[in-house]
Amino acid sequence: MNVRTDIIKPPKQDIFQSGKFRSIVVQSIVMFLVVAFLGWIVSNTATNMKANGISHGFGFLSETSMFDIGYLPFIDHTAAHTYINAFFVGLLNTILVAVLGIFLATIIGFLVGVGRLSDNWLVSRFCGFYIEALRNIPLLLQIFFWYHAVLRILPRAKNSINFNDHFLLNLKGLFLSRPVPENGFNYLLLAGLFSIIVIIIIYLWSKKRQNLTGKQFPILYFSLAILIIPFVIISFIYNFPITLEQPVLKGFNFKGGIRLIPELVALLLALSLYTAAFIAENVRSGILAISKGQKEAASAVGLTQGQILRLIIIPQAMRVIIPPLTSQYLNLTKNSSLAVAIAYPDLVHVFAGTALMQTGQAVEILFMTMSVYLSLSLTISLLMNWYNSVMALKDR
Amino acid sequence: MEKKQIIEKRKPPIASIGTIGWIKGNLFSTWYNSLFTLLGIYILYSIIPPIVQWGIIDAVWSGEDRTVCEWYDENKVKYRAGACWLYIKVWFNFFSYGFYPDAEQWRVNLTFIILAISIALFFIPNFKKKHYIGIFLFVGYPIIAFFLLSGNETLGLHHIPTHKWGGAFLTLLLGGIGIVFALPLGIVLALGRRSQLPVVRALCIMFIEFWRGIPLITVLFFASVMFPLFVPQGVDIDTLLRCIVGLTIFGGAYMAEVVRGGLQALPKGQYEAAQAVGLGYWRMMGLIIMPQALRIVIPGIVNTFIGLFKDTTLVAIISLMDLLLAVFTSQANPDWMGFPFEGYIFIAMCYWIFCFSLSRYSLRVENKLMVAHQR
Repeated sequence: MNVRTDIIKPPKQDIFQSGKFRSIVVQSIVMFLVVAFLGWIVSNTATNMKANGISHGFGFLSETSMFDIGYLPFIDHTAAHTYINAFFVGLLNTILVAVLGIFLATIIGFLVGVGRLSDNWLVSRFCGFYIEALRNIPLLLQIFFWYHAVLRILPRAKNSINFNDHFLLNLKGLFLSRPVPENGFNYLLLAGLFSIIVIIIIYLWSKKRQNLTGKQFPILYFSLAILIIPFVIISFIYNFPITLEQPVLKGFNFKGGIRLIPELVALLLALSLYTAAFIAENVRSGILAISKGQKEAASAVGLTQGQILRLIIIPQAMRVIIPPLTSQYLNLTKNSSLAVAIAYPDLVHVFAGTALMQTGQAVEILFMTMSVYLSLSLTISLLMNWYNSVMALKDR
Repeated sequence: MEKKQIIEKRKPPIASIGTIGWIKGNLFSTWYNSLFTLLGIYILYSIIPPIVQWGIIDAVWSGEDRTVCEWYDENKVKYRAGACWLYIKVWFNFFSYGFYPDAEQWRVNLTFIILAISIALFFIPNFKKKHYIGIFLFVGYPIIAFFLLSGNETLGLHHIPTHKWGGAFLTLLLGGIGIVFALPLGIVLALGRRSQLPVVRALCIMFIEFWRGIPLITVLFFASVMFPLFVPQGVDIDTLLRCIVGLTIFGGAYMAEVVRGGLQALPKGQYEAAQAVGLGYWRMMGLIIMPQALRIVIPGIVNTFIGLFKDTTLVAIISLMDLLLAVFTSQANPDWMGFPFEGYIFIAMCYWIFCFSLSRYSLRVENKLMVAHQR
């Protein structure tokens, strides 16, 4: 038999047809276009800035700013301070409103989301109304509503809404009593720290024991006891080392205590109520995502209602809730920039607003402002991703 | 043997059926539910009657000027009726069109009528050739709308500069343009993000994450302060156009993530099958992948659009006369100062009706898709 043994060569490939070549060409073209576009923008910007006499560089940051900032819970700022100081004031005010807003929105959102699923018809309707009403109205309008319509009809300082002299609400803002540490407060702090460490140790031990023997340990009561007993004893010895500094009316305004300006109160109310409506929907869908079998299986093995909620429902629901919750936190932080509309001295208002108007250095200032928001977003994402990985299903 | 007898049918106990049964089951099932119910009833009782009294019974619906809403007696004591809806009525034209000249307002109306008809045709279930309408809406319509609104002397339409555009018209325009341009941009970015080419992918990821990471207000500041620096000297870009570019880029970045979700949700088999029958990249995407991916994410697209529509209010901060700023401007008018609640309620109702109906629509599509998916 004669078998042909000469090997059929693959057809010689045209270099222009090969995928690798094309991908390199396409990418080079894209890269070239992008670089050319950016170069065009940069050169235009440089010419324009020169023509308009705008200075550049970050030298302006150490110059003295010519404006005051009224609300400074953390650091001072007067006309004599530098622009970089104004930047930090704005940054801290932004972080303040974001952190408080996230805290409030989470609490309200979880309550409303659970309420939406309540078997009480009235409660569930009420929560549904809340969600649908607030989700579909622009946030900016809500901020204006709280600031211009609601907080403007509050009484003057003299006849403010008063709860027990520790919580006063009037046209000038919200005044709260401030806890002031007295002699012996350090011992209290120390005791608290010590208690927490002991509780963590007991918790770890009890978990280990439960894994080994199945016996449960009444950890909640023990933790409460460990927290409260030293606190009571030390308070007794040092005659309660915390006093509350009450806000006192002096002239037309209150002195002392903690003051939240109306801008902050309006912004916080609007941001947290608005975001809470979205969080509530996430919470609801998270709880609904758990199959009924989980609940039934849990009651079949004899868990109580509270245990089912704490051990079965919430841990599983959290896995569904966390990713959308993260994006709501990000939204809240970015939305806090709407502060500029009611002149709450946040980063955008103080820095991208007033400082930009005065120096005219738009490029540097907007670059810094955007970087701040990008890093805030990144930080929240990282934190929430870490929390997500803690809560995630552990595959074996 | 005992004789077995069928027991007569009995009615269920009265407390478990009908209204009483419903009330017991849904309002007073446990002691804390009863507590919540009573609290809720009390809250409703204390809120609803005053609102009805203020907003409907005592409200002023017609009249000439503010004296019918608010007046002084001989001792200079101020009296006030309920809600002054007359204020909305008087300013309604301004709230709708801003400073657009009265004689030319038919052009705005015509633009929206064309849009309404095309959209209505789009939703007729048995209407064929829907893709022509789609192409018209995304390509032909913006051109027609531009000439109608801005005007062109050769067509005999007076030029109306954009700073006269305003009110609800401007809000709808911003939202509409936002979606018309943001969706294509989003599709391109999403394809780029899933591209095999590392440079394209990296550029798209950077672009998307940058715009998603910063607040819209900084984007608008960027658009109003930085854009003029970016273009050669002497070129003047309209403020409205700058805002639209900013909104489009911002919306496009969010849209890209939605579209990417749809692309990821498609099973790999679809890509492989398309390649197996010999389709190239663009035909595979255009004929097989995109039609399916976009269908899945219609709810996401609508929700992003709702978000973008609500966010158009931010242009008020850089002084574009949208609905929000139009109402604010009217409140600064000395003849009509002092009716903030009426103004807020009016804007809120406008946005609420629009956004709520859109969100219901997206919910319906979602349910329909879910049913189709399960079949």
